[in-house]
Amino acid sequence: MSDNPIRILIAKPGLDGHDRGAKIIARALRDAGLEVIYTGLRQSPMMIVEAAMQEDVQVIGVSILSGAHQVLVPRIINLLHEKGLGHVPLLVGGIIPENEVDELFQMGVTGVFGPGTSTSDVVALVQDVIT
Amino acid sequence: MSLIKQIIDGDRRALAQALTIIENDDHSSQNILTNVYRHTGCAHLIGITGIPGVGKSTLINSLSKLMRKCGDTIGLLAIDPSSQFSKGAILGDRIRMKDLLGDEGIFIRSMASRGVLGGLSSTTAAAVDILDAAGFDRVIVETVGVGQSEVDIASNAQTSIVVLCPGLGDSIQAAKSGLLEIADIIVINKSDYPEVNLTKSYLREMIDIGSAAQTSDAGEQNAISDINEKSDTDNCVWEVPIITTVATTGEGIGDLFERLLAHHDHIKSTGEIIRRHRSRLRAIFESRLRKQLYTKLSQMLSEDYWLRQLEVIMEGETDPYTAATNCIKHFETNYIGDED
Repeated sequence: MSDNPIRILIAKPGLDGHDRGAKIIARALRDAGLEVIYTGLRQSPMMIVEAAMQEDVQVIGVSILSGAHQVLVPRIINLLHEKGLGHVPLLVGGIIPENEVDELFQMGVTGVFGPGTSTSDVVALVQDVIT
Repeated sequence: MSLIKQIIDGDRRALAQALTIIENDDHSSQNILTNVYRHTGCAHLIGITGIPGVGKSTLINSLSKLMRKCGDTIGLLAIDPSSQFSKGAILGDRIRMKDLLGDEGIFIRSMASRGVLGGLSSTTAAAVDILDAAGFDRVIVETVGVGQSEVDIASNAQTSIVVLCPGLGDSIQAAKSGLLEIADIIVINKSDYPEVNLTKSYLREMIDIGSAAQTSDAGEQNAISDINEKSDTDNCVWEVPIITTVATTGEGIGDLFERLLAHHDHIKSTGEIIRRHRSRLRAIFESRLRKQLYTKLSQMLSEDYWLRQLEVIMEGETDPYTAATNCIKHFETNYIGDED
């Protein structure tokens, strides 16, 4: 079982137009041996959850730089539960003010990565979440 | 058993889970494939291939939109390459398929090639069977961006579409004995770029030379047969159309869809579809056998033996060619009895 690569969805919800961060994370995860499904920009929570379902991924990572995480994240989590995917860990990266991190954890997010996080920390957490 | 029923009934979550089991070759995959097999055979299997960056995913986006308008449901497999080094992959075909997301009539699955070099992964054919059994009208497989000879798609599809773009010049010449040979339909995408007519005439010439060479044997017979007979033979030969498209605007997509349907009708009416089905079954059987033999071999030879072989090769005590033959001999004497 452990021979099979981990499948992860990396998605950009909402309207922000910068995906350099998401691409760097995708690349780091690929180099760590993961299969990364990248959705591209401007995905709605519904599109992300639908993609996660079809791709049967083990983890979802979303990158949000727009400040809309308090709106987007609960929507994604609700939809995941609706689709029976409540068990799939959701990681959030991007510009998240420190005093809002706890709130995200309370919503059910498994990991939050702010600016300056090293890619090896992201990879380590993803692998940790799976095993 | 319920997972199989769910797949047949079109449960999308079950379908997704089954595809994971198949792709990972988990122990229950054989059971799923065996039970699903008798529900296959209804879908039109379409392969889309071409060199990297010609617009395969974008073309599929436009083509699928049109198919959906006509009421067809679509199962889509998009293959992207795995890294040779990390075994990881970035599967990015969804980026170009934005218009297809959120449509219940379409199911998209990205697959990594996982070390296979023919443009597909080793479990693509099995995944096609699952989508076929799930009841999609058309199952489309997008290959890895290929070079000249990655033509595994030909034995997996009923209709193979080869996508090119203007300005390839001599590389078209280079592709003539590999990629172009398998084309049922050729698409020149990005046809708003310059040199499209030049590319088209290169291709036309190449195809005409090819078909002239093929029919030259029968040429003398044709020359003395009457006109009616001649037109009968003409009906049996599929003339590979060259279609120009601009996938981003949808230009030419209607034409492509029309030719796609015409090809499907053609292979059904000539019986070619049966020949293709048989060669597909043979390809699946052979690749399955190869894979299982290798797995079995590596399971049966103990890990110690395996490592020892590698060690003697690395130490220069033997060469890799002899070591491979020795492995098989060792396997034969120790594991294969006299009974059959």
